Amino acid sequence: MLTMTTPLSAEAVLSLRAGTQILLNGTVFTARDAAHKRLVNAIESSQKLPVDLRDQVLYYTGPTPAPPGKVIGSAGPTTSSRMDSFTPKLIETTGLRGMIGKGNRSKEVVEAIKQFGAVYFAATGGAGALLSKCIVTAEVICYEDLGPEAIYRLEFKDFPLTVAIDCMGNNLYENTLV
Amino acid sequence: MRTISYATVVGAVKKLCIQAACNLPPDVIQSLEYAVIKEQSPSAKIILDQCIKNAQIASSEPLPICQDTGFAVFFVSLGSEIFIKGGQITDAINEGVCCGYKDAYLRKSIVSDPLFERKNTQDNSPAITHINIVSGDKLSITLLPKGGGSENLSALRMFKPSDEKSSIIDFVATTVVNGGGNPCPPVIVGVGIGGTADKASCIAKEALLRPAGTPNPHPGYAELENEILQKINSSGVGPQGLGGTVSALAVHIEYFPCHIASLPVAVNLNCHAARKATIVL
Repeated sequence: MLTMTTPLSAEAVLSLRAGTQILLNGTVFTARDAAHKRLVNAIESSQKLPVDLRDQVLYYTGPTPAPPGKVIGSAGPTTSSRMDSFTPKLIETTGLRGMIGKGNRSKEVVEAIKQFGAVYFAATGGAGALLSKCIVTAEVICYEDLGPEAIYRLEFKDFPLTVAIDCMGNNLYENTLV
Repeated sequence: MRTISYATVVGAVKKLCIQAACNLPPDVIQSLEYAVIKEQSPSAKIILDQCIKNAQIASSEPLPICQDTGFAVFFVSLGSEIFIKGGQITDAINEGVCCGYKDAYLRKSIVSDPLFERKNTQDNSPAITHINIVSGDKLSITLLPKGGGSENLSALRMFKPSDEKSSIIDFVATTVVNGGGNPCPPVIVGVGIGGTADKASCIAKEALLRPAGTPNPHPGYAELENEILQKINSSGVGPQGLGGTVSALAVHIEYFPCHIASLPVAVNLNCHAARKATIVL
């Protein structure tokens, strides 16, 4: 299986195609709805962001509390569409390269992915125990008051992902018959 | 009269919360193993394997199967010959939830007000408790921890009694297919037919408790379950909505008498991490 390491350059993402399964290594940042709202509010009021997202990857997760002796609790992806209204702005203004979550994205997000050469990965929802074993370090870097919704810096080791929407706009979620 | 202490109920519920969060029931694991064999897409097979391996890791670590440890929904059968000494049963259940979610490092996902403050209650209370009084001196408590992703795809439609059976099949299948990857397929589909709007919704959720893939004893409803399952699995949604031939593990229908003017149909989905646990006191 293809292995990639963050940060992800524009060139690295260019060759990824929807349907490809990869193992991701390196630093990844977490953010859910509340953190997204704060980041976009900061951008709109021209404040400096607490984290540099250029060529970085955001993981949509709200883990369970870490039990004693463990780096993190169960940590699978949450539904990405709740972040859709914030994502195009983040991609455009911060240089954010990738997102990890579950489920389809809005037309606007797919357009931003195409325009700025980003990528959307799907992680397996409901597999939070397995995925937590692919996270070797976790530390809160900002918005600590948000609890499980704070922004964490994670270190991935062979974290299994599927390219769901590639930079050409190919979308695995659009192949179903109703 | 048989007496059970309030503290016994609290302790039993605490145990149930931990058991349900970390141990996927054997019938669901078996259903996932069968899905790996049936699935045609090689990449979807990898995802289904991850689901099975996840269940093994969760129970051996122990860690929650999913980080969304859910809204604690209880179905209680309370024998009429039982007296709970020291407090109310619903209070004991709520207290058991608080202890279980705190002690086992489960995620607290409940906010006190749905619209204005949305402030986390910090202990995952309150639970939702459905109590049924039955004869005898046994107390059976079943917990269904319900994640937000699958619950958000619930649907209810009030059909006309003259509507064709095919329109019900379309409604249920479309609800699942339009959900795509959001409810974490392959899902278990609970369907409630009949009763009132509230009764249909309740039995749709209760249907999720049946061992995965066990047909309704009524041959007509069993056939309907099969027809809906075929339609969903021919959609191509697949595991996690990324394409494949197994989009649902099972369809379970429960039915109830209804008004001459009504035909309510409710749909309640459970993700592949279909957690449940029962204790009998």
